[in-house]
Amino acid sequence: MSAILPPAERLWWKHPLDRVEGTWIAIAFVWCMIMFFMMIYWHMYGKQNLSTETYKTTSEQFAAKAQAVVDKYTVRVETDFQTPVVAPPPGSDVYMIARLWNFWPILELQQGQTYRLHLTSMDYNHGFSLQPANINIQVVPGYEHVVTVTPNQSGTYSVVCNEFCGIGHHTMVGRIYVKAEAGNVQ
Amino acid sequence: MSNNTTYRTCPRSGLQFESQAEKLVIANAVAGVIFLLIGGILAIGIVLTRWPSVHWLEAATFYQVLTAHGLDMLVYWIIFFEIAVLYFCSSTLLRCRIATPKVAWLAFALMVIGSVMNNYAVYDGASSVMMTSYVPMMAAPSFYLGLILFAVGALIACFVFFGTLVVAKREKTYQGSVPLVTFGAITAAIIAVFTIASGAIILIPTWMQSMGWVEHVDPLIYRVIWWAFGHSSQQINVAAHISIWYLVAAVVFGAKPMSERVSRGAFLLYIVFLQLASAHHILSDPGMSVEWKVLNTSYFMYFAVLASMIHGLTIPGAMEVAQRAKGYNKGLFEWLRKAPWGNPSFSGVFISIIGFGFLGGISGVMMGTEQLNMIIHNTIYVPGHFHATVVIGTTLSFMALTYFLIPVLFKREIINPTLAKWQPYLFGLSMYFFCLVMMGAGTLGVSRRHWDMAFSGAALAYEWPGAAYLMMGLVGIAGIAAIAGGAIFIYLTVGSLLWGKRVAQTRISSEPTPIPVGAPSAAAQSYGSLGFAAPGTFVLAMIFLAAFVLYYFINWKYLSTLWGLS
Repeated sequence: MSAILPPAERLWWKHPLDRVEGTWIAIAFVWCMIMFFMMIYWHMYGKQNLSTETYKTTSEQFAAKAQAVVDKYTVRVETDFQTPVVAPPPGSDVYMIARLWNFWPILELQQGQTYRLHLTSMDYNHGFSLQPANINIQVVPGYEHVVTVTPNQSGTYSVVCNEFCGIGHHTMVGRIYVKAEAGNVQ
Repeated sequence: MSNNTTYRTCPRSGLQFESQAEKLVIANAVAGVIFLLIGGILAIGIVLTRWPSVHWLEAATFYQVLTAHGLDMLVYWIIFFEIAVLYFCSSTLLRCRIATPKVAWLAFALMVIGSVMNNYAVYDGASSVMMTSYVPMMAAPSFYLGLILFAVGALIACFVFFGTLVVAKREKTYQGSVPLVTFGAITAAIIAVFTIASGAIILIPTWMQSMGWVEHVDPLIYRVIWWAFGHSSQQINVAAHISIWYLVAAVVFGAKPMSERVSRGAFLLYIVFLQLASAHHILSDPGMSVEWKVLNTSYFMYFAVLASMIHGLTIPGAMEVAQRAKGYNKGLFEWLRKAPWGNPSFSGVFISIIGFGFLGGISGVMMGTEQLNMIIHNTIYVPGHFHATVVIGTTLSFMALTYFLIPVLFKREIINPTLAKWQPYLFGLSMYFFCLVMMGAGTLGVSRRHWDMAFSGAALAYEWPGAAYLMMGLVGIAGIAAIAGGAIFIYLTVGSLLWGKRVAQTRISSEPTPIPVGAPSAAAQSYGSLGFAAPGTFVLAMIFLAAFVLYYFINWKYLSTLWGLS
């Protein structure tokens, strides 16, 4: 008679469906399929799909590669810590190190150009949270994640760490400058 | 087979409690409520620190309190209470003795030792690693050992539950199939076994690393397997609190499931697909393939979401059918208007259903979409979502069930019925607001698990928009209101247990009384309109769907404005 008693009809699985239930199940099923295929559709036609290109790495290996790019393309230094500002050419590989408690170096990219951004952590898990665009990527130690990015607006972006990484977590903020396209000064 | 035990029949509900099972249900429920109290006190510290203009605790204390709050609420309060629900749904609903009560007490002891050890490790200070304890950040060995002992205890309790089902079947205390609510509890227990096994697979090596016996646990593998424990344990909650929704519908309205086949089929979908939830947490991680993410995040093509959407219709639908049968048949919504809104068991469950669906469900599907995850990953949107599922969904349902159990199980009258009448509204509605503003702040990018949104001391501080500060202030206010609602619940339950008037008891027998065999009811439905047995519920479901579709595509629109990523 009720949900806390055994079903009164022994053959409950033969009990016919009510129309309200049948209709709702059909509608819900169609909606679920739309949501499922939406993800696949976006991979074919959408512009925001997170790359899954990943390599195993170590902090020494990654730091050496990042240092080479910094040595080659540093245009100036900023902050009290003399953080290099690196402006690599469009299409190139750029590196950002996440470590306790900063992102290193500062990057200077150009609007509308594409870069291969390599991310890893030197120690704990960190979070790459690009603000105010609000793009969030997990940074896992031991894994080099290559994300292809195309900034679509110029301006000053911050990279906020949004994975808890210890007592100095709230001081871990990096920066990416995006310079306007030539002839498109904003 | 006769055992030295007695059976008490509750004069009010007609439920029959075996004395060993009754003590076990009480012990587990009380342990749960104690952790709810501790977790609630800790919540004050979190809320008052994240409220930007208050910013109360020091960073170290904040992270410590946040770690303990997560564990006490998500693990200990909920799982202790769930074990009570499992024993209730087996021994009480099937009217049989509990299998191996001594083993069940051993399980309880392990769970108590584990939870206390783990809590102590956090308060001791060297284990502020958050509930998730991602390696390579290390906590004290007792942190992991406590969790492992607790999990072993919970696993044993699940097997006591399965054993009790066997006892009922063998001693023929019921005929035919188990009740739907018990079926839901079986679902929860099966998911629990999978969940706890995943926890053991990853926490045991991590504990060994903390002891220095293992060199290295891979951080990415840890995340994948830990979340098979962390997220699946929330699926135990879903199965458990949906069972409670059916139970309360049955108790309050005498509602019978619209169709046993549909409801049980939906529970079956949970068993088959809910485990895949681990993927939700890895969508913005390196290392996993697109195919893996797309297939798993949607719980295999959204079949588990489909199951929740089915339950979301069938439970209010069953209530509607029962109300219409009683004559509340006017228009679309008379059945709802004339529902017992002053009964905290009903109002709690109804607020829980609506909040779980609209706030927890829709946001959960949005953030669990492979590409959309990037716009909320690790922002405070995530706790906004899971407070809607776990607090509004699970905790509020458990509170609603507790109001039913105080006279029935604890044999006491509720001390202040007026306060009890209002408690679900205060707690539930302030949690609605709390979740909404948290998701609002998360949409603006505000980080979760973050001590200072002003980034004091950072070389390159970022300035959040004013709206983000406003939202976080509202999180503080709503959080304090919800904590007040929680405090009233604790006062009412503890007060009723201590000072409530005793409910007169009548019959105690040494033999169980089997469940009488019910007469099959007529299959034809003669209420409702348009050939729909529950037209009002169907309209509510269509409103839900419209909100869902709209919100889902708004987020795709937002995503399309971001930097190109490929």
